[in-house]
Amino acid sequence: MIYTKDISKAYNGTTVLKIDELNIPKGQSFGLVGNNGAGKTTYFSLLLDLIKPTTGSISNGEIIVDQSEDWKPYTSSFIDESFLIGYLTPEEYFYFIGDLRGQNKADIDALTSKFEDFFNGEIIGKKKYLRDLSKGNQKKAGIVAALIGNPEVIILDEPFANLDPTTQIRLKQILKDLAEKQGVTVLISSHDLMHVTDVCERIVVLEKGEIIKDLETNPATLKELEAHFAGNLEPVQEEE
Amino acid sequence: MIKHFINLEWKQYFRSSYWQKSLGLNILLVFFALYFIVVFLILGFGLLPILKKVFPDQDPFVVANGFIFFWIMIDLLMRFFLQKLPVMSVKPLLTLPIKRSTVVHYVLGKSALSFFNFLPLFAIIPFSIMLIVNDYCTSTALTWMFTMIIVVLIGNFLNFIIEAFSAELEFSFLPLIIFVGTLYGLDAFGIVSMTSLLGDAFLGIANNPIFILVPIAILALCYSFNFKLLKDKLFLDSSLKSKITEVKAADLSWTKRFGDIAPFMQLDLKLIWRNKRTKSSVWIMLIGLLYGLFFYPQPMYRDMVWLFPFIGIFVTGIFLINFGQFIPAWDSGYYKMLMSQNIKYEQYLRSKFILMVLSVAIIFVLSIPYVYFGWKILVAHFAAAIYNIGVNSHIMLYGGSFNRKKIDLNQRAAFNYQGTGAVQWIIGLPLMILPMIIFAILNWLIGFETGIIALILLGIAGIVFHKKLMRIITKRYLDSKYKMINAFSQDN
Repeated sequence: MIYTKDISKAYNGTTVLKIDELNIPKGQSFGLVGNNGAGKTTYFSLLLDLIKPTTGSISNGEIIVDQSEDWKPYTSSFIDESFLIGYLTPEEYFYFIGDLRGQNKADIDALTSKFEDFFNGEIIGKKKYLRDLSKGNQKKAGIVAALIGNPEVIILDEPFANLDPTTQIRLKQILKDLAEKQGVTVLISSHDLMHVTDVCERIVVLEKGEIIKDLETNPATLKELEAHFAGNLEPVQEEE
Repeated sequence: MIKHFINLEWKQYFRSSYWQKSLGLNILLVFFALYFIVVFLILGFGLLPILKKVFPDQDPFVVANGFIFFWIMIDLLMRFFLQKLPVMSVKPLLTLPIKRSTVVHYVLGKSALSFFNFLPLFAIIPFSIMLIVNDYCTSTALTWMFTMIIVVLIGNFLNFIIEAFSAELEFSFLPLIIFVGTLYGLDAFGIVSMTSLLGDAFLGIANNPIFILVPIAILALCYSFNFKLLKDKLFLDSSLKSKITEVKAADLSWTKRFGDIAPFMQLDLKLIWRNKRTKSSVWIMLIGLLYGLFFYPQPMYRDMVWLFPFIGIFVTGIFLINFGQFIPAWDSGYYKMLMSQNIKYEQYLRSKFILMVLSVAIIFVLSIPYVYFGWKILVAHFAAAIYNIGVNSHIMLYGGSFNRKKIDLNQRAAFNYQGTGAVQWIIGLPLMILPMIIFAILNWLIGFETGIIALILLGIAGIVFHKKLMRIITKRYLDSKYKMINAFSQDN
């Protein structure tokens, strides 16, 4: 579904990301882990054509992302709070995204009603603007907005950060269902090794912009990852 | 401590992506500043001889003092619309071992160094020199000079008090208009003669230097009041507290008739109505509608036909200029999201275009009553409206692609009364002056009708080539897409 070839991104001569080849098949739940500055967000930004690659290309469903926009209808994402429109209520935001993705109000209402548990009664019908919600609730709204319009590819950057434990567990279930039952390709990044190993079938470790591990998740993966990051304790450059 | 603050601001200013882009604008601002300095210098040196000529049988110094009331009123009005309290991001400082009072003193002190406080000096000091040259008592002249400087500073701090209070209100400029209007009314209808009252007060101070303590006391009072206001605001919870505003959703289904751009129209209308900064441009639009009343009732201007299109462009285009010049920065907070969605740039831009066109059409209809002052005014306004729709709207959209400054609509930081600054008006000037020049030349060479027809033809040309122009504009936006995303994701 997503094929990355020879991609690199450099700022003023400093390479922050360099991936020779990475193929993510359809329906895979894919996890990206790495320390700060490893290139996770850079990779997602390249994938969404928000920054221009220095070399190489990424194709999403056969379409090269920086040459055509035809990948947008089936791709959705939530990278950070800047994806939200602060002066809308959550409902209005969902309807707006729905309008852009060809969904009517009834479709959106049907979708959001499925997430009542997830919202925990704090999002819908509160008559509050998104800018007045707490960080965690903003994140919930953003994640659900990324599920609107039956996307085939969903990209979430750090979806577990800022969420309370109950919501984290619910989110894990939602993400698993998406990949297993609906065949959606899910890409997430996280600092929480436990969550990633719970959710993802495949985990890629980035370090200083390069892939250094590519693992199929099995019961031993968590141990392996922990050993890797603990053994990494020689001075690591924090760039973020 | 002050040294650190200055250092921080220096870096904030020069490291922002805005600076690099707006060099031209900065040069323009310097040019305007020089222009005003020259005007004030001429005023300062020339006023005394002029007054001597016009009022040969009166003491020119007394006459000049009679004007001080108007000086103060105009000063307050100009400051209110153009001068803003210096913004400083205080949140990172609050948890550091810095006294709150230091921060406040610094912000207030910095405001005293504003250009608006230096400009009057270029008139006040030469005037005082002229007084001494013309054999007035030196101590009188010097006392008068210092009093004026103190009055300038009082204006500076009084303005921030007014702004602090009016920032809470929907009609932010209403309190000031009422304040100035009342004082002016009292004077004009002879109830309390403010002009002679203030004039006498100034003469009194000039003759008895001890009375200078009174304005100094007023200044101290204004300063300490400002200090108290700001210090109260300088707590985290005032910028963090979630102001629970009940959402009042309006029915916007009428936008559906615009077809595929309806979602964007709805978004734009909500944008305008739900953010203080955009909302103020709606009120400015209504004030701008009355701008013509400034000129047309006076017979002096009624013969200056060449001025009509300028006023017409201003009146019908004020929203276009105010709102248009920040496209697409209004959406900068969520620009990344828009760019990753399945949208067509052209639809996004067309929604903004339609909004501007609608505003021009609505204001033109509202401005029809100006026909009372002569049919030529109505015709000129009509031509100006067409010109705005056909030419200025496209220029605004095209210029928007050079926008690199983020607008943080969600910001509720202390010290931030987001509003209109001097820069905004200067950008609008060429848009108004160019059509005026075109019209004035044709009007002078050939005649009124030719000038009007030229403006209308230019406007119609823009409308005819709308599709083509939009394609060029859209391409320009696409080309600078990455740059815009990058700039909009930076703070400051």
